[in-house]
Amino acid sequence: MDATKLKITLGPVPYLWDGAAWRDFYFRIADCAWIDAVTLGEVVCSKRIHFIQPFIDSVTARLAEAGKEVTLASMAMVTLEREALLTRRLVQASAWPVEANDLSALGLLAGKPHLVGPFVNVYNGATARILAARGATRICLGPELPLSSVAEIIRDAPAMDFEVFAFGRLPLAVSARCAHARAKGHSKDNCQFVCQDDPDGLAVDTLDGQSFLTLNGVQTMSHTCQVLLAELPVLRRAGVTHIRLSPQHCDMADVAEVFADVRDGRIDTAEGETRLRSIYPGVPFSNGFHHGTVGADWVPPAPVAQQVPA
Amino acid sequence: MELICPAGTPSAFREAVDAGADAVYCGFRDETNARNFPGLNFTREELGTSIAYGKARGVQTYVALNTFMRAGSEALWYGAADDAVRLGADALIVADLALMAYIAQHHPQQRLHVSVQASASNADAINFLVQTFGAKRLVLPRVLTVADIAALAPKVACELEVFAFGGLCVMAEGRCSLSSYATGLSPNMQGVCSPASHVRYREDGAEMVSELGGYTINRFAAEEPAGYPTLCKGRFHIADDDGYAFEDPVSLDVMDHVDALRDAGVTALKIEGRQRGKAYVAEVVSRLRQALAATPEQRPALLDHLRLLSEGQRTTAGAYEKKWR
Amino acid sequence: MEKFNLLGAWMILPKAISHPINHMPLPLLQQGTRLVFDQMLRQHPNLFDRLGSHANKSFRFTPTDLDLSFLVVPAQRRITVSRKSAQMAADASTGGPLLTLLALLEGQIDGDAMFFARSLSIAGDMEAVLALRNALDDSGFDLPRDLGQAAGPFAHLVTRMAEAVRRRALVGLV
Repeated sequence: MDATKLKITLGPVPYLWDGAAWRDFYFRIADCAWIDAVTLGEVVCSKRIHFIQPFIDSVTARLAEAGKEVTLASMAMVTLEREALLTRRLVQASAWPVEANDLSALGLLAGKPHLVGPFVNVYNGATARILAARGATRICLGPELPLSSVAEIIRDAPAMDFEVFAFGRLPLAVSARCAHARAKGHSKDNCQFVCQDDPDGLAVDTLDGQSFLTLNGVQTMSHTCQVLLAELPVLRRAGVTHIRLSPQHCDMADVAEVFADVRDGRIDTAEGETRLRSIYPGVPFSNGFHHGTVGADWVPPAPVAQQVPA
Repeated sequence: MELICPAGTPSAFREAVDAGADAVYCGFRDETNARNFPGLNFTREELGTSIAYGKARGVQTYVALNTFMRAGSEALWYGAADDAVRLGADALIVADLALMAYIAQHHPQQRLHVSVQASASNADAINFLVQTFGAKRLVLPRVLTVADIAALAPKVACELEVFAFGGLCVMAEGRCSLSSYATGLSPNMQGVCSPASHVRYREDGAEMVSELGGYTINRFAAEEPAGYPTLCKGRFHIADDDGYAFEDPVSLDVMDHVDALRDAGVTALKIEGRQRGKAYVAEVVSRLRQALAATPEQRPALLDHLRLLSEGQRTTAGAYEKKWR
Repeated sequence: MEKFNLLGAWMILPKAISHPINHMPLPLLQQGTRLVFDQMLRQHPNLFDRLGSHANKSFRFTPTDLDLSFLVVPAQRRITVSRKSAQMAADASTGGPLLTLLALLEGQIDGDAMFFARSLSIAGDMEAVLALRNALDDSGFDLPRDLGQAAGPFAHLVTRMAEAVRRRALVGLV
């Protein structure tokens, strides 16, 4: 097996957190040896940007000092002129590599080395090769893709790095309408930043009491937390180079340690899973998308005998 | 403005043409398009016959190839594009970047329209697609207000098409995995949203319960107008309240804004509904055709009863009005 | 009269019509229905193309305004008529006023609109329901004409009579 290890990356905080809390979160991440790269920035809603703006420089500097590879993410949906300007400024002026999460950023980044985030639709190797030719060096694939597609894409575009969404609530949809504000009786234009009251999102249950989805501003996420832990060896064999941990309101440094311990064979996946359940309690895990089935499903790991270290 | 009309079968295609469509859009019977429903869509032969029927009456045919190519099975999409070109399609409606590149390279004369599924919602994104793949028209996602569209139009180097009537995606199109989260099947990959294979209706007392993949999507009281069992129009429980988390069962109708859209520089109005019956297609196309020729004062009377054919028997202007957000 | 009657076909049969139908002997209903059914399948073979594998499934149609149920298995070219109380098992079932069901058969109305208005109830295998709906919508069933063609030398007369019945039924509804 290839000796290179899967690198562990941290995706942007999807939720609206208080600015100082956001900064402190990343300072703790800077001290976490298990995380190789950090992609950050406001991806979900442009109205939130001022919360983190004052802290971005200190956070990126601290992360870089700690040896993390730092990337700034562009927004997932750009509709307003203000958002278009923010995207252009990010592409032109960023001191750090940019991760494109929308076609506008992708277009503007042509010719510059850049990353592509999970909100750009890459469903096949031919698309990956087009992006590579324009300067993309790494693509974080959308969480909907099954392993069969991931493997085929990498086979078809072997010169790039590929990242897979391995931990966190799944980003499922984004809307012009803010369901989160609406649930609390506000419009988007006068939202009063009510999404800040729910640092791990707002639960959406069915009328029959089934846990189902999570509101995060204009974004709809899964209720379940995607966990690809037992799948690390097969991802590695498929040619995946990075696994992305998406911040939830829990100790993400501990989450990263669990992934590193399982990757490196210090603990088995059963123990890793048990530890994750105590770090992020009360949220069911899912991995159905990876297995090509219902995204919310949990496909239990194969028997221990068949497992090999990543 | 052109009226772009849906057809799920050759019969609906002929109705759309006869009712006054400028162009009819349709797809093949497989996952290369986003209405991959049982019993729907066109064989190669049916498409050829339909294109000829349209051409003889001055009506164009657009072929939707608007899903994303499954890795390893790209030949299915490339072949569909080749066939649509060979059969004389006036435009191909495409979402996948690599499929756009294939068409630009192998069929450079073929008119390329960017599908709403590509989710290009701003001038930089649109111009990227125009410059890179030679797209001639872009179908705008249902996330922009009429004012946003007016501001956008002068900045882009292609025609703009907008949804005017029919189904309303609440989520940005092409970026929604709600369906596959609950069923394993998605618009982007399998060309289905909330697929029939995973829908179940059951009676619970006087209520009709709709379920998708085992999740309760809604409970309708007796006689209460119903909608499709799509997640984004379901009734849910949030905090202490039961209600429509994202949107009510409702359809889109922006005909109140049709003059503003024309002034904004919009080239074409699209009617959603390839999954609807030919009777619906005939009725909606002829009413919208009349409404386009009518004065603003005359329009409500022409369009009023279309509401009764809509989801939940209600319509909304959706994201085209700022207050909807 | 307009070509389609999108909203009109939800009128419930008057007792004067439903009562005698309900009291006809089942074998007679079965024989009459089978004749019409055979004739229509013969004239619209393209139905099977759109139905695909769903042609092997069983579909139950229950007019809410009659005490009858019709069970159809297209691939076997079989139709069975029974009283509602027999509760025939089916893969998929559809219920609504008889005129709504007949108008759907002919593609005169849009099934989704009827469902939204709650004039139509559906249960069971939704893929099969959808496939059948789309197959019917494209196949160009036309009851007066199809019945007429079944009537051989009396074709013209039967078609004209049936058209008159349909016209009166639908006009009364709009």
